[in-house]
Amino acid sequence: MSGADNVVWLGTPPFPEAARTALADTRLRANLRRATGTIRDRRLAVTAELDDWEELREKAAALKRRTLRHLDQHLLQLEESVTAAGGTVHWAADAAEANAVVTRLVRATGESEVVKVKSMATQEIGLNEALAEAGIRAYETDLAELIVQLGGDRPSHILVPAIHRGRSEIREIFRREMGKWGRPAPEGLSDDPRDLAEAARLHLREKFLRAKVAVSGANFAAADTGTVVVVESEGNGRMCLTLPQTLITVMGIEKVLPSFADLDVFLQLLPRSSTGERMNPYTSLWTGVTEGDGPQDFHLVLLDNGRTATLADEVGRQALACIRCSACLNVCPVYERTGGHAYGSVYPGPIGAVLTPQLVGIENAASLPFASTLCGACYDACPVKIDIPEVLVHLRAKAVEAKRRDRLLPTPEALVMKAAGAVLSSPRRLAALQRLAALGARLVARDGRIGVLPGPFARWSGTRDTPAPARESLRAWWRRTREEGRTTRKGKGR
Amino acid sequence: MRIALFITCFNDMMFPSTGRAVTELLERLGHTVEFPQGQTCCGQMHFNTGYRPETLPMVRRFAEVFAGYDAVVTPSGSCAGMVRDQHRVVAAQLGDAALVEAVERVVPTVYELSELLVDVLGVTDVGAHFPHRVTYHPTCHSLRMLRVGDRPLRLLRAVKGIDLVELPAAESCCGFGGTFALKNADVSNAMLADKMRHVLDTGAEFLCAGDNSCLTHIGGGLSRLRTGVGTMHLAEILASTEGNVR
Repeated sequence: MSGADNVVWLGTPPFPEAARTALADTRLRANLRRATGTIRDRRLAVTAELDDWEELREKAAALKRRTLRHLDQHLLQLEESVTAAGGTVHWAADAAEANAVVTRLVRATGESEVVKVKSMATQEIGLNEALAEAGIRAYETDLAELIVQLGGDRPSHILVPAIHRGRSEIREIFRREMGKWGRPAPEGLSDDPRDLAEAARLHLREKFLRAKVAVSGANFAAADTGTVVVVESEGNGRMCLTLPQTLITVMGIEKVLPSFADLDVFLQLLPRSSTGERMNPYTSLWTGVTEGDGPQDFHLVLLDNGRTATLADEVGRQALACIRCSACLNVCPVYERTGGHAYGSVYPGPIGAVLTPQLVGIENAASLPFASTLCGACYDACPVKIDIPEVLVHLRAKAVEAKRRDRLLPTPEALVMKAAGAVLSSPRRLAALQRLAALGARLVARDGRIGVLPGPFARWSGTRDTPAPARESLRAWWRRTREEGRTTRKGKGR
Repeated sequence: MRIALFITCFNDMMFPSTGRAVTELLERLGHTVEFPQGQTCCGQMHFNTGYRPETLPMVRRFAEVFAGYDAVVTPSGSCAGMVRDQHRVVAAQLGDAALVEAVERVVPTVYELSELLVDVLGVTDVGAHFPHRVTYHPTCHSLRMLRVGDRPLRLLRAVKGIDLVELPAAESCCGFGGTFALKNADVSNAMLADKMRHVLDTGAEFLCAGDNSCLTHIGGGLSRLRTGVGTMHLAEILASTEGNVR
């Protein structure tokens, strides 16, 4: 199994096609509108109340830039600190290696089930599926992840993976599926959020109390102390991180911070950007193993899976600064309408559109960099100032280059762009085209408006009237009214 | 002040009236406007769609044609943004040292219309008259690339007779996005529908913006649905006077 198989869901059509299906889903649209709107407003309120918000963003961006520049050193220091504190560090070049390490570690405990803290890294490598193949059951304990797992579904949001589900759907999933995984849903379960949460609590509690092995991701890890950090809201993480005997943490190599003191900046930025809270309810920090307190066996799996290759791209590498807050998803007008599944990746939304193609190769996710209007709302919202539009445009160029390289004949788009380039770099040819367009428009326009056109033009004209091109372009008007009989210094066309 | 007008390829062909409005307005304010006939396109469509080598000749031409003016004005936020933010990227990646230098020289002289009026010419009341109910869409690139802020609104508020009403969710993208509207036509339409709903909610007669490309998209939808709401570029409202309302 390669990394690409899990980061990108095979069988998902290109974004425009997948989006078309999503756009027609009335319930999905309503769920997304409500959910993203609520988080968006909350985030705006709690970021506005900090006078130094912009300074914090700047500081975080600089810190991440500096850390990524010397990533090798920080990772070696992290390994040293974790080892000194009684933990064991494993290095995994790709998904297959990481899955093999975790499977081996779980098997060594003699257990056949693990509880999981919500983690993007383990989603990315398809750990649950790999464990299942080895006969090990992984139980998701984050409420939204639980809904996704019970529903046989895929996550559609980085922070709220079940954002596409409404409460009545959740009730149905609980009633139908909980019994197959453990304690069934209570009789007569309503769709009241409190009742649903209580059902999940009862269902999960027996898992927490029984579990001997937990698997988590990591939000941060401090290289100087070897401290690993998980930030969460429900307390399920705290249960997983403290009750079992063995704890296995899978962490992308870009999550390392040079120093424990750097958490000062990120623990302010993350909750405000992600859930719109001043502080998240549970922040768990642990440093290796502490005798008589918490897991006595701790393993940290450091995952590359395409990150080193991403680091080599001077423009694209900024995507590695991402702290997975999902503020960019919540403000994205495209995500708000399509939801996450249309992106066909565990990383949806604007950050997914720049991260996924870099992790799996542009040819495996070529439509994603184009799934944006470049409106820039994501850049403004990003707590670590990733210039997502810049990376999107950079990756678009790479997608076009890849097509040029891989195909014998140019695409129709490339031909149009070439012709347009020839016209648009010559005023003489441009003027000729303008005269031609004005003439042609007279044939198809009615009352100065062009209606529905056939073929490829229908994508535009199916829903929009277009004004007919002017009879006289500005350059022609200028020449006629202002330059008759004289030429100006700059006035000569070429 | 000797000001060159960069009309943009799109306006040149589709909306020459916007170019005439910019000219009239600036001349009314006592400035000299020139139209370099060698101008073509800023290259935004090629650049943003991933066709960088094709963008290079346009970047080169822009730097040559618009060199040496006191200021270059363009009635398009996104074309101004392309010149300001991206021409140096293209020049650095594909051009030579001379081009990089030429781009660096011309870029600081390029202004979007509201920037030129408010920041360079220091006016907000341009003596315009426009007795209609108008709502203003800020357009993403003016807002988040150029950061024009409330400059267009300050100009509009000073227009006599205008009934300026606030557009709900004004800062949301309209869904145009250049080739996005073709590549992701369905998402573009979904965004357009919401933008039109907000425009209609204001009861405005005209939707105003600093970019005719966004207006062609929103206005195209408004026209197809026969809403009766018109679109008008900021320049055309500012050029309107008591004796000559557009």
